[in-house]
Amino acid sequence: MGTPPKGIFTPYNRGHHRFAVILASWTFLLIIAGALVTSNDAGLSVPDWPTSFGSLYKIPKLVGGVKFEHTHRMVAQVAGLLTIILAIWTWRAEKRRWMRILAFAALGTVIAQGILGGITVLFYLPPLVSSAHAALAQTFFCLAVAMAIFTGKKWIAEDPPIQFDERRPSLFTLTLLSIFVLYAQLILGAMFRHHGLSWWPHVLNAIVVSFVLAWTAVRALTVYSQIEAIRRPAILMLSLLIAQLCLGFMAFLTRIAWGHEAVQPELPMVISTVAHVAVGALLLATTVILAIQVWRHAPVAFEARLPQVQRTSAA
Amino acid sequence: MNKKTWTKTSTTKTWTMIAALCALLALAACSKKEEAPAPAAEQPAAQPAATPIDPATVATINGTVKFDGTAPKPAKIDMSQDPGCKGTNEAENVVVNNGDLANVFVYVKDGLGSRTFDVPATPIVLDQQGCKYHPHILGVMAGQTIQIKNDDPTTHNIHPTPKDNREWNESQPPSSPALEKNFAREEIMLPVKCNQHPWMKMYINVVKSPFYAVTDKDGKYSITGLPPGNYTLAFVQEKLGEQDQSITVGPKETKTVDQSFKPAAD
Ligand code: HEM
Ligand code: HEM
Repeated sequence: MGTPPKGIFTPYNRGHHRFAVILASWTFLLIIAGALVTSNDAGLSVPDWPTSFGSLYKIPKLVGGVKFEHTHRMVAQVAGLLTIILAIWTWRAEKRRWMRILAFAALGTVIAQGILGGITVLFYLPPLVSSAHAALAQTFFCLAVAMAIFTGKKWIAEDPPIQFDERRPSLFTLTLLSIFVLYAQLILGAMFRHHGLSWWPHVLNAIVVSFVLAWTAVRALTVYSQIEAIRRPAILMLSLLIAQLCLGFMAFLTRIAWGHEAVQPELPMVISTVAHVAVGALLLATTVILAIQVWRHAPVAFEARLPQVQRTSAA
Repeated sequence: MNKKTWTKTSTTKTWTMIAALCALLALAACSKKEEAPAPAAEQPAAQPAATPIDPATVATINGTVKFDGTAPKPAKIDMSQDPGCKGTNEAENVVVNNGDLANVFVYVKDGLGSRTFDVPATPIVLDQQGCKYHPHILGVMAGQTIQIKNDDPTTHNIHPTPKDNREWNESQPPSSPALEKNFAREEIMLPVKCNQHPWMKMYINVVKSPFYAVTDKDGKYSITGLPPGNYTLAFVQEKLGEQDQSITVGPKETKTVDQSFKPAAD
């Protein structure tokens, strides 16, 4: 996108952008609603799917576990609907082909996610399916956030400041590595949360995550601090990382150290685990934003310097 | 790669990256669907004729199970999430009254050889009332019907999580007919829970013989009609685990077998 030969020009479409922002925000709420289901052990309070207590539209009495499970299903249905609208809108209004593909990839993801949610209910929450549902949820969130970025005024109308990256590993490589270790962390956390793994791989990998993210943030902030689009997500990423480590510690205390004999899901455990899931999602999405912005503003420099030499991509 | 196509290639690269990520996830998701096959339906196998027992020689075992330590204070349960749950409720994981341990499942674990027994035609009742299970510990013979009732003004879901039997999860609205279920295979301390009311937990013990009992609030149990012989008697508590005793009973003997449990290690 960055450098002069701009492929296709797409005008900024305020409504379209706002809609993408709404979808991303709604998805964040949906992740909280889903995390509430897991933390309250309410996943099987509605035994059937795609119906709820035999009906596709009737709203059951929202008490006990049903309050969480059925609310989650309704919030998810709205997200599905928003995604369908956004996909159609993008198809019609968007000139960039890859954006249209992205919109339909998001649609496919939300459908797969709904089906995974149903399957996990029908098979009584197998750890792998529930964890896949948790991981795909955040993947979808990242897609929605990316669409919001790509439709934004800054992205479309601004001529981005560019500063070539000559260091190795490049900052872009570091952001990709950050996404990778965060993703692993998400899967390990989800597997633990859904009783498929012990807690220690997740806690060990937290050290790796902290190291990689700190490295990435320090590089971004020392070398590219004058580029706002890089500086802001880098600072946010670092703050969220610190918050997430604290919340992880709280989740550990309330769930394992104090809570392993709880007779029912207790409020401190529910709050800290749901917050840990939610901030985890924000952290992953922020890191994706950072990667996107680094791609745009700090492209890897070797092509510029050595146009003839074939080199493997740093990515 | 040359200067001119640089931007284009990089966009393509991002795309391939994201697409690969999605594909990977989709793949992971799909392959997981095959997981968790539903085992064959629970059909009680055709019952072979029961091995005859001479009623003139049968023995009785009874006794008391004690808790050896300070009784833990039962945790209070907060049922405010559902106004349909009336009354008070506390955890039943370790129930001690004056040193007597209730809710211990006692059964003849070994020594019956190849004997078979008639499965009683009368069902065993599991009642949901006050958002609590009655009883908390249930013994039943493999194949015997369990009648599950809902006497609460709220919906429950009944969700057994067995290791050796088929898992199921059904909801039961207020004043709906009783559910009739059975478990085909022997399984001790099979957990049952309700996800509407996550504090609701109980255990079903599925055994092959009628020689089992659950200690009452005074820690007492009694097993009758046992043919003379050498047996392993198992005492199982949901949290404190299992303890076995080897016993010998003669014809018409009434034997007292007591047991005690120590507090859990933590
Ligand atoms: C379409 C978008 C959906 C998204 C983004 C989404 C997201 C989530 C999230 C983030 C969690 C929490 C995972 C965790 O905390 O570890 C969750 C849990 C859950 N979701 Fe969804 N969900 C969606 C659709 C559905 C649907 C349609 C169902 C239908 C039944 C469903 C059923 C569940 C269940 C049962 C759980 C609890 C799993 C467990 O406790 O093991 N979800 N969801
Ligand atoms: C480095 C940053 C970390 C990230 C990005 C992270 C991310 C996550 C995520 C995304 C989940 C839930 C996955 C899901 O089901 O949706 C999770 C679960 C969990 N994490 Fe972390 N985590 C981090 C650090 C830690 C640390 C340092 C600890 C503990 C000392 C910790 C303890 C836990 C616990 C206990 C759970 C499971 C909660 C439950 O069982 O409900 N996390 N983590």
